[in-house]
Amino acid sequence: MAKITFPVEATHIMMFARAIGDTNPVYHDAEAAKKSEVGGVIAPPSFAQAVAQFDPEYHLRPKPGQKWFGSGKTPSGVEGKPASSGGLHAEQHYEYIRPLRPGDVLTAETNPGKVWERESKRAGKLTFRERVTEYRDQNGELVMIARGVGVTTERPVDQG
Amino acid sequence: MALKASALKVGDSHSECVVENLSRTQIVQYAGVSGDYNPLHTDEVYTTQVAGYPSVFAHGMLTMGLTSKMLTNYVGDGRLTKFGVRFTNQVWPGDTLTSTATVEAIREEGGQMLADLKLSTVNQDGKEVVSGSATARIDA
Repeated sequence: MAKITFPVEATHIMMFARAIGDTNPVYHDAEAAKKSEVGGVIAPPSFAQAVAQFDPEYHLRPKPGQKWFGSGKTPSGVEGKPASSGGLHAEQHYEYIRPLRPGDVLTAETNPGKVWERESKRAGKLTFRERVTEYRDQNGELVMIARGVGVTTERPVDQG
Repeated sequence: MALKASALKVGDSHSECVVENLSRTQIVQYAGVSGDYNPLHTDEVYTTQVAGYPSVFAHGMLTMGLTSKMLTNYVGDGRLTKFGVRFTNQVWPGDTLTSTATVEAIREEGGQMLADLKLSTVNQDGKEVVSGSATARIDA
């Protein structure tokens, strides 16, 4: 898989913290953060999820000139879209070597991991796929490892 | 504000309400900032009529982010060495979530004190939506 360049920016960190409702000044107030234990603004622990912004091919972002599977004039912009639930996120794990900071320019390299299957009462056959992403900084140092597990369900998850 | 090994014991815990009456707008906020525009999270028409769910639902990663807020409030900033979760149930608009970290072990590794924590986030009905674990550097 191609490497993605992920510039870590203060505004992006501020907006991410807002979206998770975290008012900790260490995510948005450079002066307060300077006086804190970490000595400056850092990113929240799950911030690297926003690497999707920097993947030019990311499939869950509408692109100009391409049909989008969400609704417009019709409930889906893609005909024949099966009424399945598509992929869901099953697990996410992070190992941190150091916090991410504004000014970091990370390189993310993702490799596929294990694949396994399981039967479930609530959603039929489940197929799990693991992806491991290593994040290196501008000096080539490993700063974080992310391991995500996605699951494809046979049918929408029963809410009963 | 970091935890101190001398003042911490196995079984200690910390809980916070991390979101009350989750709004569709907050889910949209998370879609915008994370870049995950999957219509399952933001498009009620698609999600109910095509995907077959009763309503849009939160990104698992939003729930992880909400859980992380409780976690960093407890262990301090820049203290985590590991943080992992499983998404065990979906989170829906209107949900109120409470996250809890419980100390499972206090140990030393290469001269650094560490706390291993068990994590759980539950909804207003007590149903677990996230289960997980974390390890944080703590002071002696």
